[in-house]
Amino acid sequence: MDERRAHPGASWWSAVLAVLWKDLLLESRTREIVTPIVVFSLLVIVIFSFVLDPNPRMVEAVAPGALWVAFTFAGMLGLNRTFALEKERGGMEGLLLSPVGRDALYAGKMLGAFLFMLLVEAIMLPAFSVVFNLPLLEPGLWLTIGLATFGFATVGAAFSAMAVNTRAREILLPVLFFPVAAPVIIAAAEATRAIYAGDAFADYGNWIGLIAAFDVIFAVVAAATFEFIVSE
Amino acid sequence: MTVRMSLLGLSGGLMLAALGMTFLYAPTDAVLGISQRIFYVHVPLALVGFLAFAVVAVCSIGYLWKGSERMDNVAYAAAEIGVLFTSLMLITGMLWAKPAWGVWWSLSPQLTTSLILWFLYVAYLMLRAYAPPGETAARYAAVLGIIGFIDVPIVYMAARWWRDLHPNKVLGPLAEESALEPSMQITFLVSILAFTALFAWLLAERTELRRQETQLERMRYTYGQA
Repeated sequence: MDERRAHPGASWWSAVLAVLWKDLLLESRTREIVTPIVVFSLLVIVIFSFVLDPNPRMVEAVAPGALWVAFTFAGMLGLNRTFALEKERGGMEGLLLSPVGRDALYAGKMLGAFLFMLLVEAIMLPAFSVVFNLPLLEPGLWLTIGLATFGFATVGAAFSAMAVNTRAREILLPVLFFPVAAPVIIAAAEATRAIYAGDAFADYGNWIGLIAAFDVIFAVVAAATFEFIVSE
Repeated sequence: MTVRMSLLGLSGGLMLAALGMTFLYAPTDAVLGISQRIFYVHVPLALVGFLAFAVVAVCSIGYLWKGSERMDNVAYAAAEIGVLFTSLMLITGMLWAKPAWGVWWSLSPQLTTSLILWFLYVAYLMLRAYAPPGETAARYAAVLGIIGFIDVPIVYMAARWWRDLHPNKVLGPLAEESALEPSMQITFLVSILAFTALFAWLLAERTELRRQETQLERMRYTYGQA
């Protein structure tokens, strides 16, 4: 802790990156998160293509909603795994014993969850665009997805750390997560609708602003309260 | 004991007064007719429900700050009562919406926000039920109590941009000039006071009960299951 005070900036980021690196390395060796979720999400898209007849009028009406339902479901599976390994093999004790601030621990875990979700979405989006014949090269859409996914990760990582210690954990996480993430889901779906309709940035910029505000607020609040979630 | 008894008396008396004024004193609404009288129950329930969740947030911060168990008991009690009031608010709202709007439900900002609020604090109670008992549940719940309350204005903004069609912005942060007659205003005010007093009484009773529950739980743990 003293070292952290002596070089607050550098040490904090190196701690964050160490936690993040641990998660990436673990995932690259176990493939327990990204691979199964990618297959699951492709199945979700296929099921959507079965139940929603992909004709142009139907696509315009339901595609933004379908995309965000698929993203939130896939994200939920990823978030459920965020602290699963720490729980199963006593990893949490190791992390808590390491000389890393609780906020840095949170930031590392949160960024890991964010990157895994983003990776899954990067594979889902082209598949979705192919099935429903929608434009893929939309920077506005990528911005929306990036910001909204970051928002999911901010509250999601905090709730995941709680839910993993409860009974009925797989069910409890979505029950905690969806009400809090509701504004992000509404905003992301509305921005996506505007982008698919070909609107200018000015028409959906307020939604992007709302998601960005959510990201900043909950990144700070979750980092500040994380020590109360993991303290033993 | 005396505080709780006097709160019971106060809320009982005010509630009788509010009921009497709602049905005998307040005039019948020119447009909405008799159904408008549910306003004097529905809106105070909404306001006091929101007050309850504000109490949860303040006590959650207090609990994390000071670690006092009393704060946690108040937060738990307020969350339970808030869910009760919000449930009643949603039910009375639907009963009123059917004759007034012709539908049970609409996706107006107030309704969307209230519904998400309801889900948030149902989740809060579930978290407390499923978390490891004792101090862990209290800490988890306090974090959710803070995150949830900060989320409410964001939900309201999103819902407002999403479906900005609500016909009457009579209440809430974006209220227009009040269109209520003086006699209606007085009835409304008495009604709000009555429900606030009811909340205060229920909160005092439930907090005390919660304290005893926690104590009993601790004794069971210490002396084993008899």
